[in-house]
Amino acid sequence: MCVPDLERKSLEYRKKILKYIKHASAGHTGGSLSCIDILNVLYNQILHVSPQNFSDNNRDRYIQSKGHSVEALYVVLADQGFFPESELETLCQYQSHFIGHPTRKVPGVEQNTGALGHGLALSVGTALAGKMDEADFKVFTLLGDGELAEGSNWEALLAASHYNLDNLVVILDYNKLQITGRNKDVMNVEPLLDKFKAFGLAVREMDGNDIASIKATLEDVPFESGKPNLVIAHTTKGKGVSFMEDSVKWHHGVPDDAQYQQAQEELDKKISALEKLESK
Amino acid sequence: MEKTLDLKYTYTEKKDTRSGFGDGFLEVGRKNPNVVGLCADLIGSLKMGAFQNEFPERFFQTGIAEANMMGIAAGLSINGKIPYTGTFANFSTGRVYDQIRQSIAYSDKNVKICASHAGLTLGEDGATHQILEDLGMMKMLPHMTVINPCDYNQTKAATIAIADYEGPVYLRFGRPSWPIFTPADQKFEIGKAWKMIDGKDVTIFATGHLVWEAVVAEAMLREEGIHAEVINIHTIKPLDEEAILESVAKTGCCVSAEEHQMNGGLGDSIAQTLIRNHPAPMEMVAVNDSFGESGVPTDLLQKYGLNAENIVKSVKKAIARK
Repeated sequence: MCVPDLERKSLEYRKKILKYIKHASAGHTGGSLSCIDILNVLYNQILHVSPQNFSDNNRDRYIQSKGHSVEALYVVLADQGFFPESELETLCQYQSHFIGHPTRKVPGVEQNTGALGHGLALSVGTALAGKMDEADFKVFTLLGDGELAEGSNWEALLAASHYNLDNLVVILDYNKLQITGRNKDVMNVEPLLDKFKAFGLAVREMDGNDIASIKATLEDVPFESGKPNLVIAHTTKGKGVSFMEDSVKWHHGVPDDAQYQQAQEELDKKISALEKLESK
Repeated sequence: MEKTLDLKYTYTEKKDTRSGFGDGFLEVGRKNPNVVGLCADLIGSLKMGAFQNEFPERFFQTGIAEANMMGIAAGLSINGKIPYTGTFANFSTGRVYDQIRQSIAYSDKNVKICASHAGLTLGEDGATHQILEDLGMMKMLPHMTVINPCDYNQTKAATIAIADYEGPVYLRFGRPSWPIFTPADQKFEIGKAWKMIDGKDVTIFATGHLVWEAVVAEAMLREEGIHAEVINIHTIKPLDEEAILESVAKTGCCVSAEEHQMNGGLGDSIAQTLIRNHPAPMEMVAVNDSFGESGVPTDLLQKYGLNAENIVKSVKKAIARK
């Protein structure tokens, strides 16, 4: 899929994320809008995963450690055909299996995640299993930045490096905000680049809200033979909706009617602008 | 004293239950190529060295990082692999509870959590390492099977049997040299209580090292004309409620015996079963809301009342309440 098509998809995904969060009156708006471009490129361009091959042992694995941004994942999985999109109308409702954090009850979800600091160790184990089996699949995991305060991530990175897991691709959704405020005020994680390099990882940085940048970076995996891949994706929380961008209060804010309308209009305008650009 | 008693089960050799695990682990590794091992820097203590030597490509050291080991084990369990994790019981449970809860139990992963040095009989290292709460923590988790075998042979049989069961298992064993009084060729059936001695006056439900104490207590009681039924509850969860109710319906009272806190242990589970189905007088031999301390195992078991003498006393109390 070409970059403009993916860009349009990202805008459509954003509209849907807002639609279902509004419908459920619950969700993690800011984080889902922050990571959606990464999920878009992963599922439409990079991952060898589809409803048809989901029971194939050699499929790529995507494990979302920052499970709270589940709306982004559900919207993309619906678009991939894992389930009808209309099922998302039950999101977070009683008796729905579309729970507020990823669950394997939902077709296409690889692992149950949600409590932070668990996804990376799971991914390391899965990548290790791939190495044991001399399989070709890769394991992609998405971490949040606030989540890096969990020491378990650093244990997992030690092991990833120790076992030379170059089939592991860790992507950090680095929007610099967490539920209480800015990372640097809650618990400073910098200098990240130096830390990751010191842990023996092959590190790249990219603009995690720029399709071309994401595509170019992820298509280049593995970065270095024998080293786990780590991508620092610089992102903006709430990306795509002017009043949600880089704002703590949209961590799990639900838009009221007027806000919802404005958000959808802003995204519609961006789609129109893209269309005009394409028709030129 | 034991020598003068007319014991229904006897022994010629003592061995630690962790060696039963180590030997069973090697055997199941030979039988089943999907079995893989992980250890958090306690290969010698867990007796995992023989497996590691024979199957180095199926064994992963995680360093002193138990939480990471649980997560990696859950991740490794894809495509049919059966990970066995090895560390002390306190580092296999309390330290890593959220990893087990989310990545193993909630996710229903086929991980076998193998936990050594459980309880007071860890001995000299004292309270920090003597976990007495692990059975409670593990049995509360949905999907988790909890097993606490009584001697070398039963531990070995259980270690082999759990590979054929699909789902998360907590397997608990210990450090002290202990009588081997069950047969080497036993078939281990998860969730099936084993009536070791028939009786009519009281039932002793015992698990782990305390099964031996129950066997001794039975002989002591018989000398006084009290006929105790002894049931080996090697599987705490799923609990064999049918066997428990059938026995208590006959004997009319019971005593539970375990190397664990009274809160949350085997006794708790049995009491729940009785209350819901067939209330009967019951006494519990267990640690009463206390941490452990340093000492040789027999002294510690004596001090905390986890021995045959205290089982006998508890039996008499239970019978008197009938």
